[in-house]
Amino acid sequence: MSTVTLRDIHKRYTDVEVIKGIDLDINDQEFVVFVGPSGCGKSTLLRMIAGLEDISSGDLLIDGERVNDVPPDKRGLAMVFQTYALYPHMTVAENMAFSLRLAGMSKQQRLERAREVARTLQLEPLLNRKPKELSGGQRQRVAIGRALVRSPKVFLFDEPLSNLDAALRVQMRLELASLHDSLQATMIYVTHDQVEAMTLADKIVVLQGGIVEQVGSPLELYHHPRNLFVAGFIGSPKMNFLTVTVSAVNDSGTTVQLPGDASITIPVKPGSLSVGDRATLGIRPEHLKLDQTNPTLTGEVLVVERLGGETFLYVRIAGGDTLIVQTDGDNPSRMHDRALIRINGELCHLFDQNGESVPKSRRHHLTDESHEQQYQSRVSYQAE
Amino acid sequence: MSSSLTVERHPETRPPEQRTHRQVSTLPLVAPSVIALLLWMIVPLVMTIWFSFQRYNLLNPEAREFIGFGNFTFILSDPGFWISIGITILLVVSVLVITIGLGTLLAILFDQEFPGQGIARVLAISPFFVMPTVSALIWKNMLMHPVNGLFAQITRGLGLGAIDWFANFPLLAIIIIVSWEWLPFALLILLTAIQSLDHEQLEAAHMDGAKPLALFRFVMLPHLSRAIAVVAMIETIFFLTIFAEIFVTTGGGPGLATTNLAYYIFLKALLEFDVGGASAGGLIAVILANIVAIFLMRSVARNLDT
Repeated sequence: MSTVTLRDIHKRYTDVEVIKGIDLDINDQEFVVFVGPSGCGKSTLLRMIAGLEDISSGDLLIDGERVNDVPPDKRGLAMVFQTYALYPHMTVAENMAFSLRLAGMSKQQRLERAREVARTLQLEPLLNRKPKELSGGQRQRVAIGRALVRSPKVFLFDEPLSNLDAALRVQMRLELASLHDSLQATMIYVTHDQVEAMTLADKIVVLQGGIVEQVGSPLELYHHPRNLFVAGFIGSPKMNFLTVTVSAVNDSGTTVQLPGDASITIPVKPGSLSVGDRATLGIRPEHLKLDQTNPTLTGEVLVVERLGGETFLYVRIAGGDTLIVQTDGDNPSRMHDRALIRINGELCHLFDQNGESVPKSRRHHLTDESHEQQYQSRVSYQAE
Repeated sequence: MSSSLTVERHPETRPPEQRTHRQVSTLPLVAPSVIALLLWMIVPLVMTIWFSFQRYNLLNPEAREFIGFGNFTFILSDPGFWISIGITILLVVSVLVITIGLGTLLAILFDQEFPGQGIARVLAISPFFVMPTVSALIWKNMLMHPVNGLFAQITRGLGLGAIDWFANFPLLAIIIIVSWEWLPFALLILLTAIQSLDHEQLEAAHMDGAKPLALFRFVMLPHLSRAIAVVAMIETIFFLTIFAEIFVTTGGGPGLATTNLAYYIFLKALLEFDVGGASAGGLIAVILANIVAIFLMRSVARNLDT
C-alpha cells in the first residue's frame, strides 16, 4: 500500500503564493497526472511531494504518515527528471546503483540489483557505457532504472518525455504504461502534454494558478469539464465557445439562442441559469457536423487545415465568432466556401456567467461515478 | 587532381585557373608572419644554445671561447642548482595545492545565494589584478613586516611577539604571497565550472540520499575535475617562472632558501655576469619545463576526453 495525501498544501515565496491550498488523495497503484499551462505550479507541487521544496503550510501524508519534515531520500520516493540528470562520469550501472552505494550496500550486491533492473528495461548491454554514449531514449530508460532500483513506494515523473522526439515519445509513453501495469506502483506524473495525460492517467489533476481546477478520469474531464478552463484545456483542437442567451429553462434541458437566431436545447439540469441570462455554449470541433439539409449555423470557411486523416475547417459565423470544425479527410471544402453546420444539443456543454459548468442531465456512459464522489468528499472535507 | 578530372568530363566548363594561382599565392601572404614568428622563437633559442657552449663572462669578455659542455657540467654539479630545482618544485606544488584546494571550497561558497554576492565576487577576484611586484611589496611592507606589519601588530597585541617572516619562514612567506595572487584565478575558473553544473543532477543525488559531503565527492568534484586540470596546467606554467615576488621580498635568500630556477638563472646572469652559465641553466629550465608540460598535457588531454 502506498497512498499520497495532500491536505491544504500551500507554497509561498517571500511575496507570492504559487500553490494556494491543494487537497488531493492519491490511491494505491494509481497513475495520477498533473497537467496545466506553464507556471501553474504543477512542477512545484511535484517537487514539494519529492521534498526538494519546502511546504509552507499544510500536510503531506505518504501512507498516512506526515512527511513534511522527512528528507527526500527517507520518503520512499524516486524521481525521474526532465533532463534525466544522470551522473555523467558514472557508467549506467554505477548511475543506477548510486543510491544503494550511498545506503552502504556492498559493491557486489548493488551491481547485482542494478543488473536485475537493467534486465527488465532491456538495458543490460549498456551497463558499462557512460550516459553521453547513449541516445535520448536510452538515457530516459536509465533514469527510470535509477528510480526502479530503489523500489520506491511512489514514482515521480517531471515531464520525462518532453526532451524526446515525437516518435520516441509515443514509444516511451507505451513503455511507461506497461511499466505501470507490471509494477502496480503509485505514480505521479507531471506534463503539459494533454495526450500523455489522457493516455496514461487513471486520474488527471488539472491545475491553474496554484489551485486544482478539476480532478477526474480522462473521460470525466473530456465529457464533464467543471468549468471553462478545463473545457478549453482538455481536447485538441480546443473546444469552441459561443456566447448565447438563455431563452427557456425546464427539467429536460435549457434552450439557448445562438448568434444566428437559431436556438438549441441542451440537456442539462436546471441550475443557476434563468431565462434572459447570458451563458457560454461549448462544443468540441469533433462534435460539429457539416449538414446541408438541416443546418443550425452557416458561415464562411476561412482556413482549411488538411491532416490527411482529418480536416479542420475554421469557419466564421454570423456575429464574428470563429468555429473549428473537424471533418473527415475527404471533405472537399475550400477556402471561402459557405459552410452549413449542425450542432447537436446532446453534445454541447453549457457554462454560466462565472464560467462554471451546468451539470448535464445524463452522465456519459464511460465515466463512472466514483471520481465525482471522491471530489464531493474532498469538497466536504474542505468545508469542515 | 579532382579539378583536372572534372575538366576532362566537362570540357565546356573552363578550368578555374585562378584557383591554382590562388593556392600558390597564399604562401607568400602567410610567409611574413611565419618568418616573424620563427625569428622571434628561433633567434633567442639559437643564441641561448650558442652562448651555453661558450665561456662568456661579461667581466672578462675578451676571454670568450668554446668550451663544449663545460657550462652544463659545472651547473649540474653545482649544489645550488639542485637546491633551486627542489625549491621550484616545492613552490609550484604547494601553491597549486593551496589555490586549487581553497579555490574549490570558495567556489562552492560563492555559488550560494547571499546578499552582496556581486560585490563579494569582485572583491574576491581583485587580487588577481594587482601586479606581482606591487602585491609582493604590500605583503612585505604592510602585512609581514616584523615591525610595521599588520601581522606583527596583531601577534604583538596578543602578547605573542612578532614573526620575522622573511628571515625565519622565507619560503612559506613566498608561498603565501603567490597563493594570495593566484587564488582568485582558480576561484574564477572553478566558480564558472560549478555554475555550469546541472541543478537537476544535484537534486537527483539529493533524492538518492546524498549528504553534502557525498554530493561534493560524487557529483561536484567529478564535474570540476576538468576545470581543475586546466587550472593546474595554466598555473604550473606561470609558477615555474615566479620571479618578481622573490626579487622584491627575499632576493632569493636567506642563503638559497627562496632561490627557484628562474632566480638562480638571474643570479648567474646578472650578479655573476656569467652569460654562458646562465644560458646553460636556461636551457636546462626549458627542458625541465617541457618535461612537465608533456606530463600535464597528457593528463589534461585525458581529462578533456572523458
